[in-house]
Amino acid sequence: MAELIKVGMADYKVGTNPALLISYGLGSCVGIALYDPVAKIGGLAHIMLPDSTQARSTENPAKFADTCLPIMLAELIKGGAIKSRITAKIAGGAQMFTFANTTDIMRVGERNSEAVREVLKRMDLRLIAEDTGGNYGRTVELNLGNGIFRIKTIDKGEKEL
Amino acid sequence: MSEEVLKLSDLQLDALKEVGNVGAGNAATALSQIINRKIDMAVPQVSILPLGEVPNVVGGPDMMVAGVYLRVYGPAPGSILFLLPRDSAFYLVDTLMGRGERDSNTLDEMDQSALLEIGNILAGAYLNSLSYFTKFTLLPSIPALAMDMAGAILSVVLIQLGQMGDHALVIETEFTTEADGVRGHFFLIPDPGSLGTILAAIGVKV
Repeated sequence: MAELIKVGMADYKVGTNPALLISYGLGSCVGIALYDPVAKIGGLAHIMLPDSTQARSTENPAKFADTCLPIMLAELIKGGAIKSRITAKIAGGAQMFTFANTTDIMRVGERNSEAVREVLKRMDLRLIAEDTGGNYGRTVELNLGNGIFRIKTIDKGEKEL
Repeated sequence: MSEEVLKLSDLQLDALKEVGNVGAGNAATALSQIINRKIDMAVPQVSILPLGEVPNVVGGPDMMVAGVYLRVYGPAPGSILFLLPRDSAFYLVDTLMGRGERDSNTLDEMDQSALLEIGNILAGAYLNSLSYFTKFTLLPSIPALAMDMAGAILSVVLIQLGQMGDHALVIETEFTTEADGVRGHFFLIPDPGSLGTILAAIGVKV
């Protein structure tokens, strides 16, 4: 059995083959998997908010898309990854509750996914697959042996990216 | 910026616990009348938790739960979330509908409507007590329902809190029926800023 490394909310973890990086119960948060298939090293982030510049508390950089990704990338490169080989896959960004008048607060899932795409682009990281949106939770798992990003849901089945 | 919730005194936490106690007491009485069963209520917990640890209160982020979510409007806005493990949600609606054995693992439209109404009544009962203590008019929004992983459902409120800090003040009460049919967790999560307003109104502002 490969080692199972859990990634909590507003956190990220980096690991090398053989290991699985797993994050349970993503709702409006977004899970971002970065993987270098040659070095077989990868990272999984579980971000809560799109943008650290619009928040009052920025003590934990892993909470935001724009501050978490650079740190995780630096750690991957330090561990032997080469940036041009790294690919990104993302999942999450759901809207769990539907109200008649959807406010900005309720659309945070959508805004999170958008922000993550933007940050990846700005950092010149290739986004090769995603499973975002909807109104259901996801558990995500990155296999550091082959880069497969598995997405499990309660009643929307299982998916591999 | 240091966080407001980390600076609460014991006196303030006790005051919040008492508000939670009376509110949850009202809600438990309402629930007991709806399903015509005796309901036991644990002493409310007032805890200040790192955001990522909040899902552990209900059994972990991948625990399957039903959640009824309402916004609270008024001078001290916030969120109310009523979480039930999936089996408890089934038990609750089946009891309410007078059904015996359940043959499916889904909630039909009527079941969902019943759960929403229960959430509505519980929130109303809870807010009544909060209004009484604070002298504020606090009104609940229309409820919304989701059946999913606890982490995913809680993320809705945790993200709101995450904009202001890394900790959540959770006023949480556990309900159980004597026949261990229903367990539920009731969360009151004040919006950032509302906490000070509530504390000032109940007279324990430092």
